[in-house]
Amino acid sequence: MSMDRRSILKVGGLLGGALGAGKLLDADALAKSAAERGASLPVLDRVKSEPGEDVLIRMQRELVRAMNKPIEQRRWGMVIDTRKCVGCHSCNVGCIMENKLPPGVVYRPVIDLEVGSYPNVNRKFLPRPCMQCDNPPCVPVCPVKATWKRTDGVVVIDYNVCIGCRYCITACPYQARTFDFGQNWSNNAASGRDGGLALETGRKYEQEPSFEYGATWRRGDGVIPKSPVGNARKCTFCVHRLEHSQLPMCVTTCIGRATVFGDLNEPGTLVSQQVIRNNAVSLKAELGTAPKVVYLI
Amino acid sequence: MAFSSLGTTHRAGRERLLWALWVLAAIIGGLGFYERLAHGDKAADFSSYVPWGLWVAAYIYFSGLSAGAFLVAAATYVFRIRVLEPISRLSLLIAAVTLPMGLLMIGVDLGHLERAYLVFVRPQFHSMMAWMVWLYTAYLILLFTMLWVSLKSVQPGRNPGAVTNDLATLRVLGLIGIPLVIGFAGGVGALFATVAAREYWHSPLFPIFFLVGALTSGTAFLTAVVSWLWPSRDAAWKELVILLGRIVLALVLIEFILEWAEFSIPSWYQIGSTYDLIRYVLFGPYWYVFWLVHLLAGVLVPVLLLAKTRSPGIIGLSAALVAVTFFAVRLNLVIPGLITPELRGLEQAYSDPIGNRLTFAYMPSWFEWQLLLGVIAFGVALWFVGTRLFPHVFPRPSQSSEVGQ
Repeated sequence: MSMDRRSILKVGGLLGGALGAGKLLDADALAKSAAERGASLPVLDRVKSEPGEDVLIRMQRELVRAMNKPIEQRRWGMVIDTRKCVGCHSCNVGCIMENKLPPGVVYRPVIDLEVGSYPNVNRKFLPRPCMQCDNPPCVPVCPVKATWKRTDGVVVIDYNVCIGCRYCITACPYQARTFDFGQNWSNNAASGRDGGLALETGRKYEQEPSFEYGATWRRGDGVIPKSPVGNARKCTFCVHRLEHSQLPMCVTTCIGRATVFGDLNEPGTLVSQQVIRNNAVSLKAELGTAPKVVYLI
Repeated sequence: MAFSSLGTTHRAGRERLLWALWVLAAIIGGLGFYERLAHGDKAADFSSYVPWGLWVAAYIYFSGLSAGAFLVAAATYVFRIRVLEPISRLSLLIAAVTLPMGLLMIGVDLGHLERAYLVFVRPQFHSMMAWMVWLYTAYLILLFTMLWVSLKSVQPGRNPGAVTNDLATLRVLGLIGIPLVIGFAGGVGALFATVAAREYWHSPLFPIFFLVGALTSGTAFLTAVVSWLWPSRDAAWKELVILLGRIVLALVLIEFILEWAEFSIPSWYQIGSTYDLIRYVLFGPYWYVFWLVHLLAGVLVPVLLLAKTRSPGIIGLSAALVAVTFFAVRLNLVIPGLITPELRGLEQAYSDPIGNRLTFAYMPSWFEWQLLLGVIAFGVALWFVGTRLFPHVFPRPSQSSEVGQ
């Protein structure tokens, strides 16, 4: 890796968690371009493009460029190279921590399949985020228009409108939506010698808010549960991080650099170059959902 | 009939027992409702991967009963089926009792019941669910209007001119009601069938299946009520029950033909993902729901009895068997569509050690049964209040004896 120490520190800071991002945006602000919001986005001005540089730096640079365009000119996409995926699940763990996901809610599970029979055996890994379909089957089924595809192609849910009927969960052919039943990590916490520690950690974690959609969400149950409890939930490509020019958490935590993310409307981006490769496939393409998450096999 | 020959003491004892059972069901159900309000759906066994369970099946079951009973009444008024006229008000009352039961059941299933009004404020009419809510609302208004007019028409002392007007109004309302009910009874099927992601549901036959199912279960339920609770036990009543028994028999057979089509077509060459799901229904862990509850108790036994007997008691028993076991049909329509992963290996990709919400195994929890019991107790209470407030749902003996003339 041909980067000096300063560059590494700077990139590390930029790719950090959203918790340290300072002022958070409200949901409406997410629909505006960086220029409209008058925000000063971090620019990797001292990190020059170099051959062999970490793809994260390139994607970061491309992200900043995309965020300076109006939202309707962006079209986010993701390419997951299954040959590079080592099955470490750090994308899923990163996603859970970023979005403060409770038990039972998952946005990016990694399917781990064992194939063949001894001695010819293999393991296949398939991380499964929301496919952010161009023709999302989960959207038209919602009776109250609580879910829709944004102009940048990300399918989102308005937690304050969702009635919790779970029709969208049945309609997703990738089972990328889960329901928040209001459970917490401190419920049925581990018993035994470390039980107390597990309980304490669980309680601390569940008090942390989630910053999905640029708002601050503190869950709670009761006669009228506090959203997102009682709502369908899904991966959003971390739109709240994108607003701060941070890549989606699963992209930054991928140790094999198997996940590539960027603007599909920009021909020169890494994601645009990879999405047209011969070995690029979509899951269940026959359904006509037109996913914007593509796998290299 | 033995039912009517019970001694007064015996009858009082039985009534006390029924009351005690109702109080027990109401207490158990009430506790379930408290649990639901205080802690949401946490104690339910449905999950993110099997997001609909017993309550959704119960909702389509009760709404089907309502639609079936209503269609009998509407057809009576619209087509002037004189022989069914004495049971038209009873049919409307059954429809008016079972619909709120279904709506209550689906209401508690929502994650945010307090936002249900949004379906009226910001509906998305592309969604079959939005259509269902609007159709139910229209149906609810129509149903209660018809019930009110029909009861008004038989009030003692009402002059013949007003009665003629009432019947004309009922005919018009029935005429509007028939397509409305066909729309929502089939529409419930369409709510499932339009979901392309679920191959088990995604069949054009589904809405038809739901519609015929509604008619079958609703008519069977009505037949059981007429057979058991009718005030006068005369020859006219017997003829009426026999006729209803014949209708139920025909409907069960039509339903069975549709079921045969639904099951045999995807299974014939024993290949394909729908075949796997049908195998699950027939030979999976809940095989007995299909073979014993549905096929044996809900089809075979009632068909044999209905084909052979002319005894109103046995007809009532057979119809009750059809109506009650039809719940198994509803369960077998909803659950199997959800029990297999859409992506192979998803079931093991990530688990939920706390609430077990990322699993494809589903068995209704005690809490779910508890709420269903509460809804049944609620329905019984509605029925009790309805029959006390409107005793004219049962015709006076003079009217009853007109049947078959």
